Amino acid sequence: MTDMPDTVRPAVAHGLRLQWEPAQEAHVLLYPEGMVKLNSSAGAIMSRCDGTRTLADIVADLERSYGMSGLATDVRAFVVLALQKRWLELRE
Amino acid sequence: MSAAAHPGPPPQASPRIGPPLWLLLELTYRCPLHCVFCYNPTDFARTGAELATADWLRVLREARALGAVQLGLSGGEPLVREDLEAIVAEAHGLGFYVNLITSGVGLTRARIAALKAAGLDHIQLSFQDSTRELNDFLSSTRTFELKSQVAALIREYGYPMVLNVVLHRLNIDHVGQILEMAEAFGAQYVELANTQYYGWAWLNRDQLLPSRAQLERAEAVTQRFRERVAGRMQIYFVVPDYFETRPKACMQGLGSVFLAVAPDGIAMPCHAARMLPGLELPSVRDVDIRTIWYDSPAFNRFRGQSWMKEPCRSCPERTKDFGGCRCQAYLLTGDPDNADPVCDLSPHHSLVTSAVARAEAAGQGPPGGAAAPREQVLIFRDHRTSIPVVAGDPPAHR
Repeated sequence: MTDMPDTVRPAVAHGLRLQWEPAQEAHVLLYPEGMVKLNSSAGAIMSRCDGTRTLADIVADLERSYGMSGLATDVRAFVVLALQKRWLELRE
Repeated sequence: MSAAAHPGPPPQASPRIGPPLWLLLELTYRCPLHCVFCYNPTDFARTGAELATADWLRVLREARALGAVQLGLSGGEPLVREDLEAIVAEAHGLGFYVNLITSGVGLTRARIAALKAAGLDHIQLSFQDSTRELNDFLSSTRTFELKSQVAALIREYGYPMVLNVVLHRLNIDHVGQILEMAEAFGAQYVELANTQYYGWAWLNRDQLLPSRAQLERAEAVTQRFRERVAGRMQIYFVVPDYFETRPKACMQGLGSVFLAVAPDGIAMPCHAARMLPGLELPSVRDVDIRTIWYDSPAFNRFRGQSWMKEPCRSCPERTKDFGGCRCQAYLLTGDPDNADPVCDLSPHHSLVTSAVARAEAAGQGPPGGAAAPREQVLIFRDHRTSIPVVAGDPPAHR
């Protein structure tokens, strides 16, 4: 999975839902009878995984939004982890 | 109050009370089934009228405004409520993740289509065999057909197939067949949940508690099955806490994340809390959810640690398990402030080990014979048995 191309389009996995919860001041990932509260960087990445943007798009958007560069490695590592946890899935 | 007034370490300052993230609505106590292990109150037939649709919708709005986000719709059998679709639609619109916890009885194609359209996120199908249904299943008759059809519908509508099976002495030896059934249904997740002893299950405890040998056999069968279906099915085996030496962190502490509302509108910090003596549970008919959660004496009663007695009060594990389950402490010892007797540090731990020892003696028969008719009387949950059952002694006298 670490050799996946930058052109993959990750999306929140079927049956799960990502939303901003004001009471928790965090993005939360909701799944059957459970919930994960995401930290701010995980929330920023996951909220861009809409199945239309490619991994490269997501990295570019984050770098633009946060005025940073060199985020590709960290973003990819998180996406790989989230795929393993089945929080994300890849769309064609 | 000075710290020196306390014999043990001073209670920690109360942490900020978070929102009731988990809301459970027990929409009705009505149910077409009669399970001997049901945790519903044994006097359910005496409870008042069910909340009207408008009341449930108001509860949803008030709880969501506080930050509630996971919603369980349960009962009884929630499909008995004809307004279930309206409740789901409101909940979905408010941003809840909506879980339906059902026996599947009444889940027709028309209803699942309507529930899907209303925004239902998830269905947990229980295989709720009472012994009658167990026999039915073991002989591959009607229940199996019904479950199989409902399971197919759940898959057809794009839901993950999540099956919950309650285990006890009478069916635990058939865990292999139960898992094969789950596989045949296309289940992706199976929770093998050993009975917890509240409500009707408490009444029937001595007939339902498995022996340690049964438990170990079932775990071994489950592990072999798990290896065979790795990657396709995930199987959770929940050990009955009577066989543990430390209590469960019940509800992560009462009043910490969980709020349940009973069919008649009584708000509870856990499913079984209405049995606890001296706990004046507020009704959502009279009080809004914010006041109930933050200000009611009932929801504050077991927050923090100041209510604890020894050995919990000075125990380093008190912040991990919160002293265990208050309802179990009450049922077994008569005092809800005591340590959960599952804990081997509890002076009442022998109440648990003696129950297990009795089960051990009763479970000496051959493995396959466990489902054979027994002499003890099982009390099936139904309207007729509901009232006479409560006329007896208080539960702590058992």
